[in-house]
Amino acid sequence: MNAPLPEATARAAIERGRRQAEVVAALSAALPAHALLWQREDTVPYECDGLTAYREQPLVVALPESEAQIAAVLYICHGLEVPVVARGAGTGLSGGALPNPFGVTLSLAKFNRIVAIDPLARTATVQCGVRNLAISEAAAPHGLFYAPDPSSQIACTIGGNVAENSGGVHCLKYGLTLHNVLKVRGFTAAGEKVEFGSDALDAPGLDLLAAVVGSEGMLAVIFEVTVKLLPRAETARCIMASFDDVRRAGDAVAAIIAAGLIPAGLEMMDKPMTAAVESFVHAGYDLDAAAILLCESDGSAASVEHEVGRMSEVLRACGATRIEASVDEAQRLRFWSGRKNAFPASGRISPDYMCMDSTIPRRCLADMLIAIAAMETKHNLRCVNVFHAGDGNLHPLILFDANDRHQLERAEAFGAEILELSVAMGGTVTGEHGVGVEKLASMCVQFSAAEREQMTGVKAAFDPSGLLNPGKVIPSLVRCAEYGRMHVKRGMLAFPELPRF
Amino acid sequence: MNPAVEALVERIREANATRRALSIRAGGTKDFYGEAPVGDLLDVSNLLGVTEHEPTELVVTAPAGQRLVDLESQLGEHGQCLAFEPPRFGAASTVGGMVAAGLAGPSRAAAGSLRDAVLGVTMVSGRGEVMRFGGRVIKNVAGYDVSRLIAGSLGILGVIVEVSLKVLPRADAESTLRFDLKPQAALELLHGWGRRPLPLDASAWWNGNLIVRLRGSAAAIAAATRELGGEAIASAAAAPFWGGLRDHTDPFFAAAEEAIEHQDAALWRLSLPQTAPLLGLAGDELIEWHGAQRWLATALPPAQVRAAAAAVGGHATIFRGGDKSAGVFAPLSPPLRAIHERLKRSFDPNGIINRGRLYPGL
Repeated sequence: MNAPLPEATARAAIERGRRQAEVVAALSAALPAHALLWQREDTVPYECDGLTAYREQPLVVALPESEAQIAAVLYICHGLEVPVVARGAGTGLSGGALPNPFGVTLSLAKFNRIVAIDPLARTATVQCGVRNLAISEAAAPHGLFYAPDPSSQIACTIGGNVAENSGGVHCLKYGLTLHNVLKVRGFTAAGEKVEFGSDALDAPGLDLLAAVVGSEGMLAVIFEVTVKLLPRAETARCIMASFDDVRRAGDAVAAIIAAGLIPAGLEMMDKPMTAAVESFVHAGYDLDAAAILLCESDGSAASVEHEVGRMSEVLRACGATRIEASVDEAQRLRFWSGRKNAFPASGRISPDYMCMDSTIPRRCLADMLIAIAAMETKHNLRCVNVFHAGDGNLHPLILFDANDRHQLERAEAFGAEILELSVAMGGTVTGEHGVGVEKLASMCVQFSAAEREQMTGVKAAFDPSGLLNPGKVIPSLVRCAEYGRMHVKRGMLAFPELPRF
Repeated sequence: MNPAVEALVERIREANATRRALSIRAGGTKDFYGEAPVGDLLDVSNLLGVTEHEPTELVVTAPAGQRLVDLESQLGEHGQCLAFEPPRFGAASTVGGMVAAGLAGPSRAAAGSLRDAVLGVTMVSGRGEVMRFGGRVIKNVAGYDVSRLIAGSLGILGVIVEVSLKVLPRADAESTLRFDLKPQAALELLHGWGRRPLPLDASAWWNGNLIVRLRGSAAAIAAATRELGGEAIASAAAAPFWGGLRDHTDPFFAAAEEAIEHQDAALWRLSLPQTAPLLGLAGDELIEWHGAQRWLATALPPAQVRAAAAAVGGHATIFRGGDKSAGVFAPLSPPLRAIHERLKRSFDPNGIINRGRLYPGL
């Protein structure tokens, strides 16, 4: 009913073609021919990121190979008032790298060099396109590692991690990306070189680094990152504990923290999720348990021994029906295998699923699981649950069949209810996947108009022309009419082989 | 809304109408820090309310006017603490002042900064709008992280009303060791230890002594204490030593006060890469944070101190005393200065709040 008239469509296509020719001609002066893509068959691979439900053809894709070329692309785009969307590996889950139809997608994939590992200072300086795991691999000969470990770490890049302030299963103990980055170098929207943070532990003035990390490519374009490295722990062990009641499992999470323990990882799966992953990985999970907790300790052999003992005591006191602590690395990895494969396992039991990413206070975990069970009845859909319990970060997977329009609508209503309850419990609509385009509408639930306007002010302070990744993170008033969510169609998830969450 | 917050909003709106600058102050223990306060006094010690501490969440939410000593004793009752060990320059120090100054104590290199612990902030901007950023949960990527931008902002963007902080359980065990070492040897030893999974927490070198503190599980502390050697310092002596370092009541800082008073010296805070070489500047030096924070009491010209810090990738702040005409904080590069100016205009278009406290003209 709102479809544009054919003449208008034709006019728009002509206008786009004219703009494209103009931008290609201008960028040709700065980039070699092979670093500039604009034919549709060449730009299709860039049409979406890990959130495949949203697709858009970029006007042009630029693949610079040097800092000078990034600066030139930005300078030219700034002059022509062309939006720029920076892109790393494209594994993001909220559409943060969704192209702008009238913009340049700036692929930084070629910036994949490890610039320096300084074992004495325990830092790594790497280009933005270096994969997360490659940093730890390069640091390993020195007995060091980079702590934040998002599940997609074999593919995702450090530049994308900085854009999203990525977490991982170990962030309760070791912090998020922000806590492990010392310095980033990049360019402003106008192509001016800029540095946030420093090689010291702080920098003069306002803490702009804290604003840039997690800003989803909207404040600056980053090409180099200096991260902290930590000495690798001597050993790690994982406890798998079963509970016959979700409330007792939720209380056990709180009790672990109340006992003064900070596990290296603390994860929860409910019964349907456990059944789904067990039939996928055969890790030997307890299929009778209402909920399973995975609780990890790392450190020196003596302290891990001691901590595993204390953790087991707390879990037992909270009513765990079965407790098993890994005795070797192979068993520890087997305990984790199911948790890491929650996504592909869910794909096997439902045509489609919608993944939520809210965070709530830990004490509300059981209340949330019980509320979700009631929502399953209300919306007549199933939901399986994996939680980063230690952080209160939830990943309920709402199962549905997108071919049935009613099911899609019910799934969306279900998801909206989870997000609203999360905010009402004192939580947040996104714990680690970012807002991107997916959660634009949810931002309206969490922030007032004044707060959103102030965020727009922050954006303008870094990027007065508003050309860096416009339309992401901060919703317009119009967008505040509807809640958005992630919707993954089976077989449409980009990089289906990657472990997730 | 809390009547104190309502009154605050009213006061800021009035100031905007009359274009009169306001200078935020509660306990007044950090009057010495930063550029000179400008404008009418805005007393915010009445920003009180309920402190919500849920030990199992590792989160505390406190009103800005709460005294820091009270907050810490409340956390202590549950065996928890502020891991970044903020300095207390007096019993009147408040939570709001702590966050606005963004300072951290001896544990900083191991336990993270104040900014790292900030989860959410409620503030009144220079435009008189009450806004809340961040939240009360540890993982939160909804929108730009404005709450962490407020940490260490010296109040130039607005008045902090309430803050949520991540807290941590106190370590099970700790031990303090002393070594007779020249500074170069002390730094080399620290860097070597840093590469290994040791429970190294804090360190301080002054006057030929390297003092280190280990924190962690009892088993790890016992093993590391045996391995590292040195002279064990009894906890009765160690606790006041670290407290004195944290709150600047230690003999080094007392001597610096003397030098400020009688020798026209300044107390400089040099923030450097941990592995930066010794700068060899004249004056009395205390090295913390495994080399990353170096205090220098000196009468050297500011330009010389700043250049030496910048040459190794760090920056230098006139922390106390001295001639502030060269600026308290290291100057910003032109693109960063431009971002600072636009941020200030966005939060406080009329330049009402804490004008010039961070940098002249901001």
